[in-house]
Amino acid sequence: MKRAIFNDRLLPYLLLGPQLIVTLVFFIWPSGEAIWQSMLLEDAFGGSSRFVWFRNFERLFDDEGYWASFETTAIFSIAVATIGLALALLLATTADRSLRGAGAYRSLLIWPYAVAPAVAGVLWGFLFNPGAGLLPYYLNLMGVAWNHQINGNQALLLVIAAACWNQVSYNFVFFLAGLQSIPRALIEAAAIDGAGPGRRFWSIVFPLLAPTGFFLLVVNIIYAFFGTFGIIDALTKGGPARSTEILVYKVYSDGFRGQDFGGSAAQSAILMGIVVVLTVVQFRFIERRIHY
Amino acid sequence: MKMSRILAAVAAGVMLATSQAALAATEIQWWHAMGGNLGETVDQLAAQFNASQSDYKVVPVFKGSYTETLTAAIAAFRARQNAHPHIVQVFEVGTATMMAAKGATYPVHQLMADANEPFDPKAYIGPVYGYYATTDGKLLSMPFNSSTPVFYWNKEMFQKAGLDPNKGPRSWQDVGEMGKKLVASGAKCGFTPQWQTWTLIENFGAWHNLPYATGENGFASTDIELKFNDTARVTLIQALSDWSKEKVFVYGGREGKSTAMFTGGDCGMHIGSSASAAAIEKALGAEKVGTTMMPVWGDTKPQNSIIGGATLWALQGKPKEEYKGVAKFFTFLSRGDVQAKWHQETGYVPITASAEGITAQAGFYQKFPGRDIAIKQLQLNAPTINSKGLRIGNFVQIRDVVDEELEAVWAGQKTAQQALDTAVSRGNKLLKDFQAAN
Repeated sequence: MKRAIFNDRLLPYLLLGPQLIVTLVFFIWPSGEAIWQSMLLEDAFGGSSRFVWFRNFERLFDDEGYWASFETTAIFSIAVATIGLALALLLATTADRSLRGAGAYRSLLIWPYAVAPAVAGVLWGFLFNPGAGLLPYYLNLMGVAWNHQINGNQALLLVIAAACWNQVSYNFVFFLAGLQSIPRALIEAAAIDGAGPGRRFWSIVFPLLAPTGFFLLVVNIIYAFFGTFGIIDALTKGGPARSTEILVYKVYSDGFRGQDFGGSAAQSAILMGIVVVLTVVQFRFIERRIHY
Repeated sequence: MKMSRILAAVAAGVMLATSQAALAATEIQWWHAMGGNLGETVDQLAAQFNASQSDYKVVPVFKGSYTETLTAAIAAFRARQNAHPHIVQVFEVGTATMMAAKGATYPVHQLMADANEPFDPKAYIGPVYGYYATTDGKLLSMPFNSSTPVFYWNKEMFQKAGLDPNKGPRSWQDVGEMGKKLVASGAKCGFTPQWQTWTLIENFGAWHNLPYATGENGFASTDIELKFNDTARVTLIQALSDWSKEKVFVYGGREGKSTAMFTGGDCGMHIGSSASAAAIEKALGAEKVGTTMMPVWGDTKPQNSIIGGATLWALQGKPKEEYKGVAKFFTFLSRGDVQAKWHQETGYVPITASAEGITAQAGFYQKFPGRDIAIKQLQLNAPTINSKGLRIGNFVQIRDVVDEELEAVWAGQKTAQQALDTAVSRGNKLLKDFQAAN
């Protein structure tokens, strides 16, 4: 009897162990290091290290560039998430029909996801190269002077477009799967009752797609925050004049280009906080309105 | 039992083999950032050194861009697992960072003295040596690849514009006039510079004997302030901004991106690194490329230009006897014939006067006219406190700031005065941060 009780106490920990170790090693430990480092002021090689409490944070909040990066991140992630989701939904609803060659369309729409973000960045960079690119040539003919190497708004537009293009396939696959799992009978019944295509979409399809949409919203926001690093690095490197420097890119450029490890760690700590808040908000307020 | 015996035998064999290898040659790790053709030349240099003696084996490892190489070395050093290299190649803007890292770097003058390796500072070309030496002339890192900006023009486009194809501009006013004629003859752009912060701000200052920062451009002190928002530089940037309206000046992006506009035949004039010479001649055809010294503003007498590029830093924390190999390798790299080969194959300037002599005697400059402009420009006059070089903390970020502010001028959002004033005040903040951290 005693042994059995002992086993019962140990077993849950044993079973949880691997997961806990993974979390500890790959999440808690690095996060702890980042928070510790965010309170240090040191030279690049770590020779002289001083504990300075929150000075790195004060320095950040005094920096106009940091606030500008917040603004850029907000514009960028909202644009990427909304455009990416809306476009994918449009494509999915149009592809979810019995058309000739629908299978081929679907495969083609999934392709961009197979392209790594950095490669996507290089491709878009070729297309829009102000000197040699194809599209700036046509844009010039239409009277648009395209040069994203100087014009910050154009650069932001370009990274948003590239990021959406790269992510739209992923959203498309999920939306398509969501659409296909909606019972045909519901839609046909509505059609018999005289509901037009618009009405059918907003009253039946959209609410039933909401769980998929919510999941994609979370994934897309995280993608816009972190996954777009490769695209930005390959396309603009955060420039011109920091107009495409989102928070995660600033962490990288201050840390690895500037060797300001304290400041960079402080930014990661803040970024971590933002992600926690965003996730809580999403699950507490938005998820409540969704019926599974 | 049998199994463990076999294992032991294998282990003993492996140990024997590795210890023999260790007896044969001590490995010297060298992390560098030279890709492509340059990387091949680096491998050849290491192979030549390894073949010349049997005590040491230099192992060159390509680590990506300059920033990536530096970051990799810093990470390896901080991990304290003895995985860091003996030698790391660091670009010139990282000099202040490396100097501040006391206990991590091994100054060359000290390394050579500790290893009893003969070393003569006078053998090196002044502006190359001075950039990496202390104010009292002690060398900190080994100059390796150094270049300086020179002026290139397209002779064919000059001819088409009715200009003398064999005569480049002497002054910036000439650049403006010639640019207008080029554009009038159908060129898409008159002039575009490479590495605008290095060519238009840093080198323009040295060339006109103007300070970049107080405290002898940072050589004499770390408590310094930036000074590059002076009238001369504001005038130049404003002129370029005005010219950009008629395409006499066109901005082609950061770093070396704009060179494509020159080699593609869009722009007739270019300021670029002397190390770009080989690539430019290859793209346009050597007979179409004219090379001359950088222009001056008005009738100013030019001083001397400053270098860019990278040096080799020795890192601390390796066994003492291994540094003898590092010292021997540095001596090898400074040899006249080695430098002459490096200079001729890459377009980087030689770091010793004897390499220049060997190259000239071989008739290289007759075959490739213009390749000697860089050395002539560097040695035009004895360097002053304004033209010796730059030693600025957080320099990578300060260059980013200057790039950003100049881009604001080219986009028409700011005047030259506003942009340079902001660049100076933002840069001064970064200098204060650097001072606090080191």
